[in-house]
Formats: sequence, structure tokens, C-alpha cells
Amino acid sequence: MRAVFPFSAIVGQDNMKRALLIAAVDPGIGGVMVFGDRGTGKSTAVRALAALLPQMRATKGCVYHCDPDADAGACTEDCPSRSIKGAVKTELLPTPVVDLPLGATEDRVVGALDLEQALTRGEKRFEPGLLAKAHRGFLYIDEVNLLEDHLVDLLLDVAASGENVVEREGLSVRHPARFVLIGSGNPEEGELRPQLLDRFGLSVDVKTPSVLADRVAVVRQRDAFDRDPKGFVAAWTKKDAAVRANIEKARASRGDVALPDEAVERASALCMKIGSDGLRGELTLIRAARAYAALEGAEAVTNAHLRAVAIPALQHRLRRNPLDDVGSAPRIERALAEMFDA
Amino acid sequence: MTAAAPGRYDPWADALRAAALLAIDPDGLKGAIVRSLPGPARDAWLAALRAILRADAPMRRAPAHIDDERLLGGLDLAATLAAGRPVASRGLLRESDGGVVVLAMAERCTSATGARIAMALDAGEVSGRDDRHAACFMLIALEEGVEPDERAPDVLAERMAFALDLDGGRVSSTAMPTAAEIAAARVDLSRMKAADDRIIESICTAAGAFGVGSARAAMFTLRAARAAAALAGRGVVEDEDLALAARLVLAPRARFAPPDQAPESAPPPEESADDSTPADRAEATAAADRVVDAVQSALPAEFLAQFLEARSERRVEARSRGAGAAAKSARRGRPLGARPGTLRTGERLDLVATLRAAAPWQPLRRREVATSSAALVLVRRGDFRIRRFVQRLESTIIVVVDASGSAALQRLAEAKGAVETLLADAYVTRARVALIAFRDAGAEMLLPPTRSLSRAKRALAELPGGGTTPLATAIDTASLLAQSERAKGRTPLIVFLTDGRGNVGRDGVTGRAQAEADALVSARAVRAANLAAVFIDTSPRMRPGADALAAEMGAAYAPLPFVEAGAVASVVRAHAPARR
Repeated sequence: MRAVFPFSAIVGQDNMKRALLIAAVDPGIGGVMVFGDRGTGKSTAVRALAALLPQMRATKGCVYHCDPDADAGACTEDCPSRSIKGAVKTELLPTPVVDLPLGATEDRVVGALDLEQALTRGEKRFEPGLLAKAHRGFLYIDEVNLLEDHLVDLLLDVAASGENVVEREGLSVRHPARFVLIGSGNPEEGELRPQLLDRFGLSVDVKTPSVLADRVAVVRQRDAFDRDPKGFVAAWTKKDAAVRANIEKARASRGDVALPDEAVERASALCMKIGSDGLRGELTLIRAARAYAALEGAEAVTNAHLRAVAIPALQHRLRRNPLDDVGSAPRIERALAEMFDA
Repeated sequence: MTAAAPGRYDPWADALRAAALLAIDPDGLKGAIVRSLPGPARDAWLAALRAILRADAPMRRAPAHIDDERLLGGLDLAATLAAGRPVASRGLLRESDGGVVVLAMAERCTSATGARIAMALDAGEVSGRDDRHAACFMLIALEEGVEPDERAPDVLAERMAFALDLDGGRVSSTAMPTAAEIAAARVDLSRMKAADDRIIESICTAAGAFGVGSARAAMFTLRAARAAAALAGRGVVEDEDLALAARLVLAPRARFAPPDQAPESAPPPEESADDSTPADRAEATAAADRVVDAVQSALPAEFLAQFLEARSERRVEARSRGAGAAAKSARRGRPLGARPGTLRTGERLDLVATLRAAAPWQPLRRREVATSSAALVLVRRGDFRIRRFVQRLESTIIVVVDASGSAALQRLAEAKGAVETLLADAYVTRARVALIAFRDAGAEMLLPPTRSLSRAKRALAELPGGGTTPLATAIDTASLLAQSERAKGRTPLIVFLTDGRGNVGRDGVTGRAQAEADALVSARAVRAANLAAVFIDTSPRMRPGADALAAEMGAAYAPLPFVEAGAVASVVRAHAPARR
């Protein structure tokens, strides 16, 4: 295993980091879309997050590493939790972060007949695909805007239902596949279909740092890492551990964060003001604000939390006038300023 | 031009230096694009690289159309069937661990294949069925494209330090370091101290000046400079190393050239909260300037002019073409692999894929059916694999706007708005847009077919209006353009924005009767050529002449007395060629 660049050593890109952390605290938010040029640290951040995430408890021997509490009995027939009576053995596993490469075949993504078993033993067995691997973790798609349409449809379906249904090649399998979709892409190389964009809970833009000092810092950190990966990782272990502890704490306290009526009203008013389509925007805004409040250790959702997550939660849900050179973010910014500063 | 570079800029010598740097630090520099037609120059370069690599380093050649199994490894189907037990193939990337992958005809490589290779380049390993295997390799992508947009996938280009152009450079006998010297430099490199901030700062400044934003590029520059210093036997990076690295890494990535000879217009001196003294800063700026000079010396002269902008535009288009503008078709186009499906009329069976799908089931099925079955292969309906093809389904919308008369300015402005609106959703409609305006002497193409919104905005910034109406000439011009677009495999749609009242004939003589007769002749030619057209009548009151003209050219007729960009765009959308 190669050393992974530590999450806390990433210079700048606070929006992206915050969005990723929010998704890690509340996987129900529905994923993060990261737009930006190449070489702005998108892949680095996702891989760093993978290394950072707390371990999860999984049913031992289950190919879908199912959650002994939530999935018990609901997993596939092969899962030990179905056959063993009494307490199921569990193990601690790292949270999976699965790369979905561009041009992956459908077989590889949803799973297919296990060729090895079929050829050698004449047994019909299902070989789980990437979706199974990503269950309870993250599915990362670089250049998601270049993904083939039929794969995008498939992902949308699974991401929405939390279940992968395979009906092919004489196989009939359904298994849980709940994952946080993380997409990245460069909008100059092709837009993302609006349906897919809407499924992402949060959307952030990353830009090349415009300040020389930041750029220098990026290169310096990366250089230090390349020269001595182990030493560099060791130097940041403490900070990464603090972030991990914060995620775990926020996961536990998320449900206890109070949500005053006033905050809900504000969120709705904001969505109406900017004219976001559908209710998904409001729901995501509230959830994200709550997760963020939990990360911040707050006891209740406040305006500051709403404000911090409003742009990532809403900017991709606005009807945009394509000729408008300014993006959606300034519009939300304006609305926020009018609402909260008044 | 060559302020900092020692001597004249020599591309061949630089290409060889790049090979040496790659051999010293393959992990950090990852590889190079070698743009050249097959020939002695390329062979000589590859041989030079081979000579300085570790003797046992594998060097594998991968064709651009390599399939996943061969690339990443997997189950070797043929061998497995023959042996009756699973036979795994290792995959080319794994086999190349510690060596070189030479990707032939990289410009033909799909972005999917590019993405696999890129993932392996990033991770230094490939994930197999169960575990991960080390695959640390250097990638040499051979580009043989003739057209400027025939290039290796960007996802790869971004991840390799160098892009060398061997065409046009003269192959000369330049002394190469020996393998032993390279090995020694490798050791020196590992002992080298961290670069000081001034060096990193000058790299970042120079990168910014050429519009290179990627952090990878800056990293590559730093590592190349360090490898160059190690090769020269220096413990620290000197200007010379920095200049070489910048020429090799930054010049090919440059998006624009910094304004010439203007120290104050060099990258805006961002105020950073560091505690360096003015002297330090001045020195850093001077170093950055020298790097900028080095990059400039490596850029072809014409590059500094409009060439660059055109190239970046083309590249964006080339990329998006590969991405979205290809429709999947069951019958025509470039093959795209097979998918499960049923045999319907017009679908084509992919025999090999079908057999592959059926193969693993044979033992099972034999057990199920009577053993006396005479069939050699038991194929079921679920095995059928249908061939798919990618077909270009691009369209070109040619907007022809009447720039004559008093209402011209308003009409032009709205036509311009419509063009921009159409371009803005070019992704969805997969369309190019062109604009022709006609007035007085003739018809002028204001905007050649393009998909770039920014280009349209530039071209349409100023539009002249007023004068007489040479309608026939306009129809002819549009028809010619439409036919040339069709010859390029695009589907043209002509959109006329006029009141249909020509008053200048084809010969340029004013006179309404002749003008209208000429217009009718031109209109018939449009219909004869079977060109799709929309006629938007902009006259304030409906008048019989215009719809007759529209009918004559077989155009859809849409009266729109109050021309407005949004309305024009929606009319056009309604008539745009089918998207899929």
C-alpha cells in the first residue's frame, strides 16, 4: 500500500473539504459533485478522505460487508447473518472508497456471473461488482461528465434505491448498495446531465489558488510528501486523527443537534427566494446544515451553519440562464446577504 | 528570445535531456508524450531512452485499442477454457512494473482506456480481481496525429511531465549520459535537500504567467529541475536546471504567453504575508523572469500570436466531441463494443461476444439438456450480444439575418442573442451555430460554424446594419455553407430572419421585381438540395410574399413580428434536427 497524502495537509480548498466531511458525517445527503480544472486536488482530497475515514463494523464473512445492525436479515442469502442464529461475528473494516473508472463495463459495475466458478466448476455464482464494493462507503467517479449514459442511469437508480438489483445472465440477485457518490469533472469538457446533477447533494467548485503563496504552499507540501511519504504522513497523523475523531463525534451527535423552526423557515424562504426547483434543495440544505453544525460541535442549527452550506447545497439546483456569465453562486450569495444581513 | 537558455534553443537536445530526466526520476515525472510521425527521429529517441534505463527494465508496447483484460489483467478466457481451470493473465501494466509502457498511436486511444492508464499512473498499482498489484511504470505516449486536434487523451497528457515534438527538429549527435551516470544521478537525487521556497515560488509565478494552473505541472517542473541538477552533479537546483525544466514542462502546457517585455505586466505580484526582505523578493522575481524567458524561448514564434488561442479552442471542442456528441446507433458508425440485447430488426449480432457470454455456461447447460444434444455450443437468448456503434450526429444551425433597412440593428441584436442562446445549450442540441448577415452588396459570414460561445461573443461584438436587401445572394450563401457542412457529415439547418422583401437581385442591381424572382430561384435550389430550413418572418404584418418564399424553399414558416432572441431560439429548437 502506498502512502496517501494526508487530508489535513491539503492546502486551501476549504469548500471541497467541508463538503466531503459533511458527506462523511451524513451519507444520506446524497453525494458530492466537485467541479474544477485538472490539478486542483480533487482526486487527492477524495483519496485522502478514504484514508481518514473511521473504520466500520461489518458482518464477518459477508461479501457486501453489511452492517450488522442495519442490514441484518436484509442482506443477501449468502450473508452469514441470515444463516447463523444468535450473535453474528463482526469485524472492523476500513470504509471502502471505490474508484469507478471511466469506461467501466456494466458487468464490472453491477457485478456479473463469476466466470471462474462457472468455467471450472460449472457453478452459477454471482461475482459482486464495484457497487457491492462501495456499499457503506464512497463511490468516486472522476470525470463523471464523460461517463456513458447507460452507466449514469444505472448509478442513479442504485444510488436512489440503495439497492442493486441484478437480473441478467440467468442471475437474480439483489444486494444492498448504499454509497456516497462523489463525482468530479471539468465543466469545460462537457456538462453533466441535469438529472444526475440534481442527485448530488452538494456541489462545489474548486479553483486553482489565485494567490502565489498558496500555490507555493501546495507545491511545497506535495514535494515534502513525495520526498518522504512515510515521514510526512507521520507528521500529520495527529491532525488527521483529530479530523477523524471529529467525524465520529459528529456522526454520533448529528441526531441531537436541535433544528429550530426558525432555521427551517429560513431555509425554505431562501429556497423560494432564489427559485430552486423542487424540495430536494431545502431538504439537503437542512441536512447539510445539521451535519455541519454537528461537525462544529454546535447544539442547534444556526444561521451561520445555513449560510455556510447554502451555496454547495443549492447552486446546482437553480435554473440557470446560460448566457449569464456569473454562475449561480453569486445569486445565492446575494439572497443570503439580503436575508441574513438585513 | 534566449535570454536565459544557454545557446540556441535546440528541440532535439532538449528531447534527449527529457529522456535522461525521465530515466533519473521515472516515479516523479511519469512519462512523456512524443509527438512525431514514425521515423528515424522517434526511433532514435526511444533507443536513447532504452539505453539509459536499468538493463532489466521491461519496455512494453501497447496498442491504443488494447482491451481491459490485456491492460489490467483478468481471466484469460481462451486459456481457461482450454485448461479447464482458471488461468489468469497478468495484464500489460503489471508486466511493465518498473519499466516503460509505450502507448502507440496515443491519439487513437479512447478516454476510457486513458482513464485506466491514468489511474494506474496515479496509484502505482492496478487492482486485480482480489488484490492490488504494483504497477509502477513510465508512460511514453506516441502521438502520430497530423491534425492539431489529434492528441492523446487529456487525462493522460495532464499526468505526464513532458510533451516533446520531434517533427521538424533536426536529429543531431548529442552526447547522452551513460547508464552509469544516470544511476549515479538517481542516487544523488535521493540525497538532495528540499527545494527552497524561492525556487518553488519562481516556478509557480512562471506557471501563472503562462496560464498553467495545474498543481501537477508545477510539481513536474520542480522534479524535472531537481533531476537536471542531479544529472549535472549539483546538490542544489540552479537557474539552468530550472530553465530546462520550465522549457520541457511548462512550454507545452502554456495557454497564453505573458505580455512581452513589460516587467510590471508580468504576473500580478500577489501580496503574500511572508517575511522576506525586498532583496529576497527582487531576487525571486528575477528568477521567475528567467524561467519565463526560458519557456518563451521554447515556444514557436507564431505560437505567441493567435495560434495558441485557436489551439486551446480546438482542443476543448475535440474533447467534448469525444465525450458527448456521439450518439449510439445500432447500425452505423464506429464500433463501440457489445451489450446484451435481443435480436430485433436492424440490430447486429456480435458473434464473438455472444459466444464469450455463452462459453462459461456450457457445463451447466449440458447438464440441464439431454446429453444427446448435437449442438456444439448451447446458446440461449440471454447470451445475445448486440453490436453498438458510435455515430456522429452533429448539426449546424446557420442563422441568416437580414441586416438591411431600419429595423436592422434591433434584428441583428436579437439574432445575436439567439445565436448565443443556441450555443449555450449546444451540449444538449449537439449543434454548431453560424451567422450570416446580408445587406447592401452581399452576404457576409460573421460567424463561421462554431460551438464556442466565447468565440461567438467576440465575433458578434460589432454588427453593421442598414442598406438594401440582397435576399437571393443571402440564400445562395447559406445554401453553399449548408452543403459544405453536410459534406462534413453534419446536419445543417438554415434559419432565415427576414421580412422576405429582397430589393437587390443576384447581379447586384436594385429592383424589387428582379430581386424577388431571383430569391424564388435561390429558394427552389434550397429545396432541390433537400436542405432543412426555417423561415422566420420578421415583418410587422403578415404578407403573402414571405410565406410563398418559405414554401418555395420547403422551409417551415414562422411569423414573428416582434423578433426576440428567446423566441427565435425556441423556434429553432423546435425545428432542429433530431438529436438521437
